[in-house]
Amino acid sequence: MASFEEIGPRSPVTESIRVDKVSPQARLFKNLRAITVLVLALVGLIPVFAMGVTALKSRADVVAVPPRIVFEPTLEGFVFLLTERSQLSGAALTTAQENAEDLGLFERIALANGQRINGPSDFVMRLRNSLIIAGGSTIASVTLGLFAAYAFSRFNIPGKDDLLFFILSTRMLPAVVVAVPLFLMYRQLGLHDTHLGMILLYTVFNLSLTVWLLKGFIDEIPREYEEAALVDGYTRLQAFFKIVLPQATTGIAATTVFSFIFAWNEYAFALMMTSNTARTAPPAIATMLGRGGIEWSAIAAGTLAFLIPVVIITFALRRHLLRGVTFGAIRQ
Amino acid sequence: MDLTIQNGEFVVLLGPSGCGKTTTLRMISGLESVTQGDIYLDGRKVTWLHPSDRDIAFVFQFFALYPHMTVRQNIAFPLQAEGQPKDMIESRVREVVEMLRLRHLLDARPGKLSGGDKQRVALARALVRRPAAFLMDEPLGALDADFRETMRAEVKRLHISQEATTVYVTHDQIEAMAMSDRIVVMSDAEVQQVGTPAEVYHDPANLFVARFIGSPGMNLVSGQYADGAIHLPGSNRYNVGNGWHTALPRDLGGSSEVIVGFRPEAAHINEDGAIAGEVYAIELLGAYTMLHVNLDNEENEIVHIRSDRQTRYPIGTAVRFDLDPEMVRLFNPQTEMAIRREVTP
Repeated sequence: MASFEEIGPRSPVTESIRVDKVSPQARLFKNLRAITVLVLALVGLIPVFAMGVTALKSRADVVAVPPRIVFEPTLEGFVFLLTERSQLSGAALTTAQENAEDLGLFERIALANGQRINGPSDFVMRLRNSLIIAGGSTIASVTLGLFAAYAFSRFNIPGKDDLLFFILSTRMLPAVVVAVPLFLMYRQLGLHDTHLGMILLYTVFNLSLTVWLLKGFIDEIPREYEEAALVDGYTRLQAFFKIVLPQATTGIAATTVFSFIFAWNEYAFALMMTSNTARTAPPAIATMLGRGGIEWSAIAAGTLAFLIPVVIITFALRRHLLRGVTFGAIRQ
Repeated sequence: MDLTIQNGEFVVLLGPSGCGKTTTLRMISGLESVTQGDIYLDGRKVTWLHPSDRDIAFVFQFFALYPHMTVRQNIAFPLQAEGQPKDMIESRVREVVEMLRLRHLLDARPGKLSGGDKQRVALARALVRRPAAFLMDEPLGALDADFRETMRAEVKRLHISQEATTVYVTHDQIEAMAMSDRIVVMSDAEVQQVGTPAEVYHDPANLFVARFIGSPGMNLVSGQYADGAIHLPGSNRYNVGNGWHTALPRDLGGSSEVIVGFRPEAAHINEDGAIAGEVYAIELLGAYTMLHVNLDNEENEIVHIRSDRQTRYPIGTAVRFDLDPEMVRLFNPQTEMAIRREVTP
């Protein structure tokens, strides 16, 4: 029989061999993960950074080769974006330069380029149109989608699965396929270049997304909550507003963001279905290209300004977004 | 189903999953529509009434507490729905909170509560309305075993103190036996038997009830009736008592096949016992011992016999036992119904 010394216990364990959260290896690994994510995020933000930098460059700096990393920032791009100007020359230019001290910041910047500001440009109006149309269509599609999703989730509707597939199938269609018939229809109905027309259009396009997204969220809410409310004395509609809606806030927020982003960024139909009154920012920015030379700083400034509302909304609802993106992926 | 529940009665709908007990309860509550028949509450026909108009309270298995409201708000919710005045709501809420010892939880949200606390809040929400009837759908099903026992007593105590008519759904026969005045045993959407716990336990109406009630269920041994006795597997013979000699031939018709049923406690180990078998397995369960006895090694006809806690039989031991004739039940294997013994005055 072997002696205790030969087959005795191993030397006492003083260091864990598992890579767990307290080991130096694990800490290094965790830091590496964080650094990797940070680097990827920064890489993803490069275009936004480039756009911001371009918006603050002068005409000369924008087109300089090699690109200038260190430059004198200017608001020229914003002046070109937000104002209508006319070129000055000769005596008019001289007079204006002599009276430069009486001018505001934007006017002085314009004057430095030999221009005089005549009035505001239509960009602010385009941005306002975008807000109205994207906001209006988002509200409409989320509201209608919410009620439709609730019905699909809770009621026995004949042909429910077929209907749901039909709704989903509208997303399979390339939008350009319906562009011409829609254009003709809108002209007939007098909806061309109207806010209402664009709101209706984006609402219809977004409805499939909102119905499917919201149905998934509502399916997760136990029916017993509403049944308890029904027994307690509430009508179905009251139970919906008092019980289901508060539970569905996350889903509604996530769906709102996705719908808004789609409507906000939409370009093709905005270009085709609008001309002046209801024209939104995306085609307006694009048509700045080729209009009397390419004002890259103005385009960059316009794009930057265009980003702001979406960034604000997404930032405000960021917690709900994460759940919205991953819902259903993990079963509890 | 034709069922009449008396005022203040505690009736349990008992059966395996999918038997229709929850559907029945939901039809009574109005959460499920009825395809045929009528439902009456307090003499009122309520078949097509909205749930809130039936004067009932429903307690769900998974509590259904509104997660965005505090405990106080949850309990007050039904009274607010009725449009009751604020001071009345406060006084009723206080009353049920004291009854269920929830004062320390009033400002908590359901997400922070334990299962037992959640169920007490659900009960409080039901009680606060003082309804004509309580409908409970496996309210203890989501609780831990030890909590379940505590809450069982709590629910029964409330039923007695409130004299509330209660319809309770469960698949747990221990709950049914412990809490009910009457049990409705269901299977495949049909009522198998309605009776007191003692009736369904000692006098099952058919083979399903005999198997389903009891843990383990009733021993059911197939045999042949001839010459005043039932011939059981393993060359065993059980002499039937007087009451059966008329009932058996009448019920069986020309057939001789019969099933003998007896509860584990109806068999008594006895050296000179009439029935012989071999110990197949033994379970030491603390308060008693459960013997698994094989009557026929070839056919493996195992019966369960409850024995004294000190009983120790090695596996394979030959044992003999007698059956208490008052506790033996006979069943027709064709109809699966119990054969009723003739009772001589």
